[in-house]
Amino acid sequence: MDRRRKILTVMAIVLALAIFVPFAGSYLILLITQALVLGILAMSLDILLGFTGLPSLGQAAYLGMGAYMTAILAARYDFGLGWSFWIVVLLGILLGAATAALFGLFAIRATGVSFLMITLALGMCVWGLAYRWNSVTGGDNGINLPGRPEFGIQLTDGITYFYLVLGFFAASLAALYILVESPFGQSLVGIREREPRMRILGYNTWLHKYIAFIIAGGFGGLAGVLWAHLNGHVNPQDVVLATSVDALLMVVLGGAGTLVGGAIGASVVVLLRDYLSTIVPWWQYVLGGVYVLTILYLPGGLMSIPGRVRNWRAQSETRGIENQESVSH
Amino acid sequence: MNAQFWLIQSFNGISYGALLFLLASGLTLIFGVMRIVNLSHGAYFLLGGYLALSVISATGSWLLALPVAALLVAMVGLVMERVFLRPLGFDPLRQVLLTVGFAFLFQQAALDIWGGDNLDITPPGYLRGSTIIGGLHLPLYRFFMIGMALALGSILWLVMEKTRAGAMIRAAVDDSEMARGVGIDTSRISMIIFALGAFLAALGGVIGGAFLGVYPGLDFEILPIAFAVVIIGGMGSLGGAAVGSLMVGLADNFGKALFPEVSYFTLYAPMVLILAIKPSGLFGRE
Repeated sequence: MDRRRKILTVMAIVLALAIFVPFAGSYLILLITQALVLGILAMSLDILLGFTGLPSLGQAAYLGMGAYMTAILAARYDFGLGWSFWIVVLLGILLGAATAALFGLFAIRATGVSFLMITLALGMCVWGLAYRWNSVTGGDNGINLPGRPEFGIQLTDGITYFYLVLGFFAASLAALYILVESPFGQSLVGIREREPRMRILGYNTWLHKYIAFIIAGGFGGLAGVLWAHLNGHVNPQDVVLATSVDALLMVVLGGAGTLVGGAIGASVVVLLRDYLSTIVPWWQYVLGGVYVLTILYLPGGLMSIPGRVRNWRAQSETRGIENQESVSH
Repeated sequence: MNAQFWLIQSFNGISYGALLFLLASGLTLIFGVMRIVNLSHGAYFLLGGYLALSVISATGSWLLALPVAALLVAMVGLVMERVFLRPLGFDPLRQVLLTVGFAFLFQQAALDIWGGDNLDITPPGYLRGSTIIGGLHLPLYRFFMIGMALALGSILWLVMEKTRAGAMIRAAVDDSEMARGVGIDTSRISMIIFALGAFLAALGGVIGGAFLGVYPGLDFEILPIAFAVVIIGGMGSLGGAAVGSLMVGLADNFGKALFPEVSYFTLYAPMVLILAIKPSGLFGRE
């Protein structure tokens, strides 16, 4: 698929969501909104995992920072419930980016398994504070938000909030797409493929990775702000290791290095976890099974299926032609 | 805060560290030999506890539950390594995700079989009492935990340092490629180490069941702590796991008692620092 067709397809899907989702039931709208927020988180992780080759096991930390900041400002200081919501969005992005800037100082030097472990540890630091620092984070109980913001439009309504999140999702997707297509994004891919060569070519690979890490943190923070208002509640469960692992799985399930793959993975995971769980009690078998099968048989994720099908078809066609030729001879 | 407080907390920290050693010694060997970040290690711990409960309810024998549960989980680990992990080849990310997938599957299976209640493993009567030393009431069970860790640690150390098999394992930890080059069957070593790790984790689960309880979610609660031990001590180092367990056990206990608000932070922040400064851990070889 060429670039223009790809962009048009994605735009058509976003447009279709905008048109058709309001006709769905309120529960389904909630799930789709959830998938979009987690999609932003997954896409932020894809910048690291898919494009830079850094598998982070602590992406939930940035979601947690954004979410807790939003909840604390709203519950304690009544801030961010009117037009000031937009300031909170900005602060959330900045806080996520600042946290990543701090964490990156420790993490970026490491590679491979060490990078996995150090990001895990950093994520656990944030979880530890969320879980135990009662006077600030409310400990195990978390924090309830007083309500969704209201500025001319009421966000209390599920559909309005869905539109807000969809807007942020589309903007994030566009921004991240421009990022990965830019020369900076291309050099990230170069680092993923062969870091020593990029270093020899004169690139400061540490700085490139560090900046990618910060950008990913910023988008993670944004997802956190939206997440807090979506649930009306934050608690340590939002920052546990399992959330970070989920984000990784979403990216790999959809297809690392494709951006939209993360969003597709997020939808599948949310659908399985929240929708299937209301229908059947054994939903987690399906989720676990999907993970195991994806890793074993579909390393490129769901996004690689069309290409595979095309390859397979092309192969069988050429084989068909060969057969015909052998008959005619 | 008198001497008694420090003594009691130290004792609690050491006995918790003993439990962590059972979990982390296997994890560090798996890490060292195979470079696998095994996220289903917590599930082995939990499965061990649950299986022990079943054995106890069927036979009434706690002593029998210890080896049976551990051996069953070792079988699970063996199959996982042979059928799924080995064919995957070396790719840290895919290995991590695969082990998580299995952790989810085990979680659901445990929920289906044993339900969602908080369960407890009752140790036999002769371990339930407490003894008084210097005016302190110390539960016997905690002495048992420390003794178990000491015994198993000594056996592991003797095997690793004094036997041919141990030398082969150490060679595989240091340089797997060279080990293969001189004719060591690293594939078989991986299999044995993975099963042994699962065995030790499950044993920890049975022993910890009387102390932490057995409940859904315990697997992902205990797992990061085990990783902290492994990282602090150094991947692949048994001595490191022992020292790391002791440090984490004490840090956890004193952290919770002295600065409850930042207690987990004080556990994971050192892990970050060690990883950043000396990625091979305190006792790991470069």
